[in-house]
Amino acid sequence: MAAPLSVEVEFGGGAELLFDGVKKHQVTLPGQEEPWDIRNLLVWIKKNLLKERPELFIQGDSVRPGILVLVNDADWELLGELDYQLQDQDNILFISTLHGG
Amino acid sequence: MPAPPCASCGKARAALRRPRSGQALCGACFCTAFEAEVLRTVLAGRLLPPGAVVAVGASGGKDSTVLAHVLRALAPRLGLTLHLVAVDEGIGGYRDAALASVRRQAARWELPLTIVAYADLFGGWTMDAVARSTAGSGRSRSCCTFCGVLRRRALEEGARRVGATHIVTGHNADDMAETVLMNFLRGDAARLARGGGLGSRGEGGALPRCRPLQLASQKEVVLYAHFRRLDYFSEECVYAPEAFRGHARDLLKRLEAARPSVVLDLVHSAERLALAPAARPPRPGACSRCGALASRALCQACALLDGLNRGRPRLAIGKGRRGLDEEGAQGAPGDAEGGVEGAQGASGDAERDVEGAQGDTEGGVEGAQGAPGDAEGAPSSCDCGASGVRAACDCE
Repeated sequence: MAAPLSVEVEFGGGAELLFDGVKKHQVTLPGQEEPWDIRNLLVWIKKNLLKERPELFIQGDSVRPGILVLVNDADWELLGELDYQLQDQDNILFISTLHGG
Repeated sequence: MPAPPCASCGKARAALRRPRSGQALCGACFCTAFEAEVLRTVLAGRLLPPGAVVAVGASGGKDSTVLAHVLRALAPRLGLTLHLVAVDEGIGGYRDAALASVRRQAARWELPLTIVAYADLFGGWTMDAVARSTAGSGRSRSCCTFCGVLRRRALEEGARRVGATHIVTGHNADDMAETVLMNFLRGDAARLARGGGLGSRGEGGALPRCRPLQLASQKEVVLYAHFRRLDYFSEECVYAPEAFRGHARDLLKRLEAARPSVVLDLVHSAERLALAPAARPPRPGACSRCGALASRALCQACALLDGLNRGRPRLAIGKGRRGLDEEGAQGAPGDAEGGVEGAQGASGDAERDVEGAQGDTEGGVEGAQGAPGDAEGAPSSCDCGASGVRAACDCE
């Protein structure tokens, strides 16, 4: 049983283009039966925030390879990736690396 | 589960794990390590001697932004003078926005900026004009062929204008790894062997070029930009087509998820390859028109411009380039579209393949592909002499 959570979801490196160009989103995740982890967050994002071309952001139940995920400025690899359990006031940043430089 | 403490300073929480060593570092220690590695790359390879005047290919994109930022930090230590050189290919709605980003950077960093425009350098041929001219040939991606070759030339010109002794571009390890995969997949032996090494001496009067970020994985370049709060331009070139590099890139990304060190491991493998004697390319000569390095009568740039000006843009693309040697010849049947990979497809490839500003020209020019099994044409060869199925390789 998870209580409602307030988190900030950010997009960068071009990923914001899939979200109407909006980089920062203050989000309130509703209370629900299952705990809020990144896996569930992605499902929520796909349903509620993603404006176009979901295949450019999500692949399977994770992000498309080439999209970095930082939670409170730390690579999600260090935190359990999809299994990381969100805390209130967390910042989750998705940076796309998939463009020329 | 919280992140472990930083392995370097022990004080802050780690922000990432380095792909090769697996070492967990905080943001600040990672940035320090990243800069130290670039310094080591430059020193160990003797890439940029003290007193060098360095033209930094700048596109406004993530790689050239990081490159310029790091070199600027290292410049006093290395005794370098830096100039930003940006290439304006004349791509409406895209390049203008990117150049605005470069101008902001030049102002913020207080670095001189020179912009070289295709329209000025190549008799009015902007990429938009080239795209329209090549549209009829049924292969949208062939316009990237031109861009790759011309951008290298434009960068060279810009570097000369500022009196540079060296050119640097921001190609990162992922670009190199993708190129290695592509060369394997397309049987391009000569380019495979050439792929190793950190830079080119600069043959045929060309300025020496190198890629100080060559051993930095793309992920780490992006993370560095993030932790240093660097502002860069991150949109795709409007002509970024589906090109072959996209396949290599997808494969590489999937592999990286399973084995994070694969990017750097591929680059290191390529460095250790040796060519069988029969596969070594012949020595190149000089272009009869402009004097640049060329393995045929005309160098790539002159050949492509010739084709454009004669209204036959595909002359110089594809196996054989027979149209150039035999007046009136048609593009070979089976003259594969092989459009030059030029900028690879998917994201901002125009950014990827050609030398030049980061993001503008990352890898080498892929050159035309030529159909496998096209028995008719003589193999086309790069200006450097590397033969194979492509019009230009990524010799630098």
